[in-house]
Amino acid sequence: MIAELGQFAIIMALLAAIAQSILPLIGAERLDSRLMAFGSQASLVQLLFVILAFGCLTQAYIVSDFTLVNVAENSHSTKPLLYKISGVWGNHEGSMLLWILILAVFGAAVAAFGRNLPVTLKARVLAVQAMIGVGFLTFLIFTSNPFTRLLVPPENGRDLNPLLQDPGLAFHPPMLYIGYVGFSVAFSFAIAALIEGKVDAAWARWVRPWTLTAWTFLTGGIALGSWWAYYELGWGGWWFWDPVENVSFMPWLMGTALLHSAIVVEKRNSLKVWTILLAILTFSLSLIGTFIVRSGLLTSVHAFAVNPERGIFILFLLAIAIGGSLALFAFRAPSLKAGGIFSPISREGGLLLNNLLLSTACATVFLGTLYPLFMEALGGGRVSIGPPFYNNTFVPVMVPLLLLVCVGPLLPWKRADLIGVLGRLKYAGLATILAILAAWYITEGGPLLAILGLGMAAWLLLGTLSEWADKIKLFRAPLATSWQRMVKLPGSAWGMTLAHGGLAIAVAGMISTSAWKVEDVAVLKPGETISVAGTDYRFDGVRELTGPNYQAVEGTFTVSQNGEFMAILKPEKRLYNVQKMPTTEAAIYSTFVGDYYAVIGDQVEDGGWTVRIYREPMVTWIWFGCTLMVLAGLLSLADRRLRVGAPAGKRKQGKRKQKSHQNAAA
Amino acid sequence: MTRKSRRMYVLVVAIALLASATALVLTALDDNITYFYSPSDLKTKQVTIGRAIRLGGLVEDGTFEKLGDGLKVKFSITDGAETVAVTYQGILPDLFREGQGVITEGSLNEKGEFIAHEVLAKHDENYMPTEVIEALKASGEWRGDEEQVTE
Repeated sequence: MIAELGQFAIIMALLAAIAQSILPLIGAERLDSRLMAFGSQASLVQLLFVILAFGCLTQAYIVSDFTLVNVAENSHSTKPLLYKISGVWGNHEGSMLLWILILAVFGAAVAAFGRNLPVTLKARVLAVQAMIGVGFLTFLIFTSNPFTRLLVPPENGRDLNPLLQDPGLAFHPPMLYIGYVGFSVAFSFAIAALIEGKVDAAWARWVRPWTLTAWTFLTGGIALGSWWAYYELGWGGWWFWDPVENVSFMPWLMGTALLHSAIVVEKRNSLKVWTILLAILTFSLSLIGTFIVRSGLLTSVHAFAVNPERGIFILFLLAIAIGGSLALFAFRAPSLKAGGIFSPISREGGLLLNNLLLSTACATVFLGTLYPLFMEALGGGRVSIGPPFYNNTFVPVMVPLLLLVCVGPLLPWKRADLIGVLGRLKYAGLATILAILAAWYITEGGPLLAILGLGMAAWLLLGTLSEWADKIKLFRAPLATSWQRMVKLPGSAWGMTLAHGGLAIAVAGMISTSAWKVEDVAVLKPGETISVAGTDYRFDGVRELTGPNYQAVEGTFTVSQNGEFMAILKPEKRLYNVQKMPTTEAAIYSTFVGDYYAVIGDQVEDGGWTVRIYREPMVTWIWFGCTLMVLAGLLSLADRRLRVGAPAGKRKQGKRKQKSHQNAAA
Repeated sequence: MTRKSRRMYVLVVAIALLASATALVLTALDDNITYFYSPSDLKTKQVTIGRAIRLGGLVEDGTFEKLGDGLKVKFSITDGAETVAVTYQGILPDLFREGQGVITEGSLNEKGEFIAHEVLAKHDENYMPTEVIEALKASGEWRGDEEQVTE
């Protein structure tokens, strides 16, 4: 009965979405306030039905209702409750339903928080948001229905892929999806603005918080996914330039560009057409990302079994959404009024350069990811493109960007004096040279490029810090004044400092672990010791374990350095009962300077075990840096001036205040 | 600074960026593309010794053996028509078994053996790499979707 209720609910949600995508548009054209108001009501109705459907599916998973194909194929009665719930989105149909749920939540949030939006703009935004919903609901109902019944239900289910039975991956898809889907709001605003033919600072003020929300979650989602790959796959790597990773990274790059260009629209009423295009491209890449993972178009080490027949529907949806919006853009963008002028060396110029570099970087990833598809379509045979491609294309494009990140915020709007700005960074420059020398000394003249790379990260961090110190007049005014200025810094200023600082820390981690990672494989008998990068790992033997739904072999390693005990590592090799699938559980001892990582493999004939040991310098810095970026996003969101519901009058006041801040900063 | 000259600046920077990115991409593509071969392809097409390629197919039953201290392994990859011997040193992915579809990355040596430096792991035991499916179809060894790809 519950499943039929869910089925009914998604059909009702589709009907609501169809009405919502048409009536408010007509209302906005005819200035009919009732039709326009219908958009808000419909979005709430749509959300309620989607929540109902999602609740029904979740309930089916919790009670292990194996009369549903979806539950029978992806769940098992012995699975822990957390994974029964995360199993809801651990499969194609459920993950699509989650996507739709998040989309509906964002739509309803625009309806609820957008009280001060111009009514016509709001009606159009909600209509476009509903159109996306129509596409996805149709896809769900006709090709991926999660509520399909089985005629002969099995005694028990086939269980969830054991690799997905992990806390990190339970939350990775929802975060990633909030990121992907969050960009739908920026997209809807962009399309609505094109229909209205008007983009102004107020428009950008509305778009920024939504973009920031999406960006924050996407950052968190990608970081969580890479952390999961690091500890769960047992390969000791954190990023593989795999198509599935790339497709989540591309919207992130474009979204980051969008975040920065929206500032220019908001503060200077310039770069409007470009910002609209970025909003469209960012969400298009999110759509491509969602669908590439689900369509099986690309071979990926992360690939799960997929059904290629859905690919056609997917391509069709992509063509309508991306082709349609770009056509509208080409048709309407020329009518948008151009905004303020600026010199190439100015804050605007800096942000534009940031955008150009990010888009170019994104384009290289895009080419590398899709090139194998083009090749095959053109009959060029099957090819694959690995990490060396990205190291030779993406990385060189990002280097100038990373070098300039700390310069940009020091540039005043409109026109800037580059020499003067660089002069303000002289201490940061000096400290960077010291950092390079220190890195050279510590690594005993290690690879030059990596040392320079660390210097780049140090420059980024120190430059960001000195910009912050500049802003609060640290050491140039009495400490009490600096303190007061610091306390009064707006959330978005803190957000910028924290995000750029977090980026620096993450980059430092990426460079170190790529350059100085040590890996060793050996066959050890209990009692034997292997020495990796100056650390001894004594293999103490194995024991058998029984988990809730798996059997495991657990090895024990005693880690020590110069005879001094450091940690005990207990890697496991698990065999899940239902799917008969073996998985590797790495054991990791994390420290500030690096991780000690052990994996146990198979037993060989003479009683020894194959083991793999990794030493990963500074690898945790990557995720620490990403955490800072997520925090930065949250802090910026909490900024009073960006608060979505701020009444119109106060908003103006806020703007004046902002100006004074800028003047103070300049 | 007029609107027109600003546009010029932007265009110049954008074109310079695109040109250098294109140059980077083209050189990188030249060096870093890995072509996929099935065992039959290896027999019919010329493959430069030492050039990195991907080789995919089924791990032939009864060919898997451990060499020496147990770190080095040897197995054959087949597409039904042809078979290639592969040696690999390292830990195999969890889902590696005989009869399973795999993709390996490495290069051919003078003796015609394939030295793999990577055996690609899959997250899902029902998953069969598309390349392998097509290679099997090409050699007439494909036995239907129900059997191998379950959804």
